[in-house]
Amino acid sequence: MLDLGLYNYWVVIFLMMTGLYVVISRGNLIKKVIGLNIFQVSVIMFYVSMGKVRGGTAPILAEGIEVYSNPLPHVLMLTAIVVGVATSAVALALIVRIKEAYGTIEEDEIRVVEGEEEAR
Amino acid sequence: MSDLPGIHLVLFTFLAVIAIAVIRLKDLFAAVMLMGIFSLLSASLFTVMDAVDVAFTEAAVGAGISTILMLATLALTDSEEHPAHNRFRVVPLLAVLATGGALVYATFDMPRYGDPSAPIHHYVAPHYLEHTDDDIGVPNIVTAVLASYRGYDTWGETTVILTACVGVLLLLGGHAVVERFRRTTPGQEDGE
Amino acid sequence: MTSHVILRVLLKLLIPVIMLFALYVQFHGDYGPGGGFQAGVIFGAGMILYALIFGLEPALRVFSPNVLRTLVAAGVMLYGGVGVATILFGGNFLDYDVLAHDPHHGQHLGILLVELGVGLTVAAVMATIFFTFAGRGRTDA
Repeated sequence: MLDLGLYNYWVVIFLMMTGLYVVISRGNLIKKVIGLNIFQVSVIMFYVSMGKVRGGTAPILAEGIEVYSNPLPHVLMLTAIVVGVATSAVALALIVRIKEAYGTIEEDEIRVVEGEEEAR
Repeated sequence: MSDLPGIHLVLFTFLAVIAIAVIRLKDLFAAVMLMGIFSLLSASLFTVMDAVDVAFTEAAVGAGISTILMLATLALTDSEEHPAHNRFRVVPLLAVLATGGALVYATFDMPRYGDPSAPIHHYVAPHYLEHTDDDIGVPNIVTAVLASYRGYDTWGETTVILTACVGVLLLLGGHAVVERFRRTTPGQEDGE
Repeated sequence: MTSHVILRVLLKLLIPVIMLFALYVQFHGDYGPGGGFQAGVIFGAGMILYALIFGLEPALRVFSPNVLRTLVAAGVMLYGGVGVATILFGGNFLDYDVLAHDPHHGQHLGILLVELGVGLTVAAVMATIFFTFAGRGRTDA
C-alpha cells in the first residue's frame, strides 16, 4: 500500500536532489547558487515538516488550545533563512568579482582563461 | 490514510514541478523570477504546517530580498546561460539518483507526517511548551525560544549576518576593478 | 525615471506603510508571529524599494551608508550589551531575569532589546548589501 505519510520526505528528497544536480552538473555560477537555494529550502522544509503535530496549531499560547506544533524546528529554521540570504549575498558578490576579473561566469570558460593566463 | 491533507499534497507537488522548471530554464532572469514563486509557495506550505514565523520570514526573504539580490547580480553579469556548457551529463544524474534512492530507502524508518509520538516531540520541545508561560511570560513560544532559551544561538546568527555584510563590503565596496585576467584586453600591463 | 509616475505615487503611499508594518512586526513579536528577523527584512525591503524607484543617489542621501554601517554593528553591540548588562546585574550571560524586579518583566525587557538589536542589524545589512551591489553597477559602467 502506498503510504502517503512519508510524502513530505519524498518531496524534500526530490528537491534536495534537484538542487544537488544543479550544483554538480551546471557550469553557470548563478545557476549553482539557485541550486543551493533549492537545496536550502528542502532542508528547511524537512525540519518544519518534522515539527508538525497532527491536529496542532501554531505555537502561540492561547486559551483553550491543547496541542501545539513543535516550536524548536521553527526557531532553528527562522534564523537559518536570514543567515542563508546573507551568505548567498556573499556568494553573489564573489560571482560579480569573478565576472569582473574573467569576463565570464561559466566554469569552463574561466578554466580556459586561466589556462591562457598560465601559458603566457 | 489521511495523514497528509490534500492541500499539503497539492502544494508539495507544485513545489517539485517549479523546481524542475527552474533547472530546465536557460534564461536566468526567468529562473530567478520562478525562484520567487518557489519561495512564496514554500511560505504557504510553512503556513499550513503551523510554522507561521518561518512562513513570514520565507515570504519576506525569499520572494523579496533574495530575488532582488539575484536580479542585481544578473544586471552586473550575464542573464543567459550559455547552451554550449549546458549539455546533458549522465554521471551527475546517476550520482543524484543513487543518493536520492538511498535517502528514500531511509525514509521508511522515519515517523509518519504529523505523528505526535515521533521522537522530536519528546525531548526539549514539551519543556518549552509547558514552561514558557511561567518562565518567560510571552505568548509566542518561537520568540521565547529564539530570544531567551536559545539566546546564544541567535547572537551567533546575528554575528554571522554581520560577518556576511562585512564580506560583501570587502568584495564589492571598493572602487578598484581588477582587470588583470580580462580576456578582451590580454597582456596590457603587469605581465607577471 | 520620470516615466514611472504610477509606481512613484503608489510607493510614496506604500513605503511608510511598509515601514510602519515592520515596526509593528518588530514590537509585536512577543504576542504574534514576527520578531527582529522578519521586521529587519521588511524594513530593509522598504529601503530597497525606495532605492529601486527613486534612484540610488536619493536613497543614499536618505539612508546614509555610514549610518547604516554603524547600525549593523550597533545591533550586534546592543545584543551583546544586554548580555553584559545581565552579568553586571549578577546573572548569567543573556539571563534576562535580573534585568527588572520581576523576572517576567526582566524577560520582556530583555527579549524586546535583543529583538531590537537583531532587527537593526538585519535591516541595515539588507540595505547595505543591496546598495553595495547597486553602487557596483554605477562605478563599473
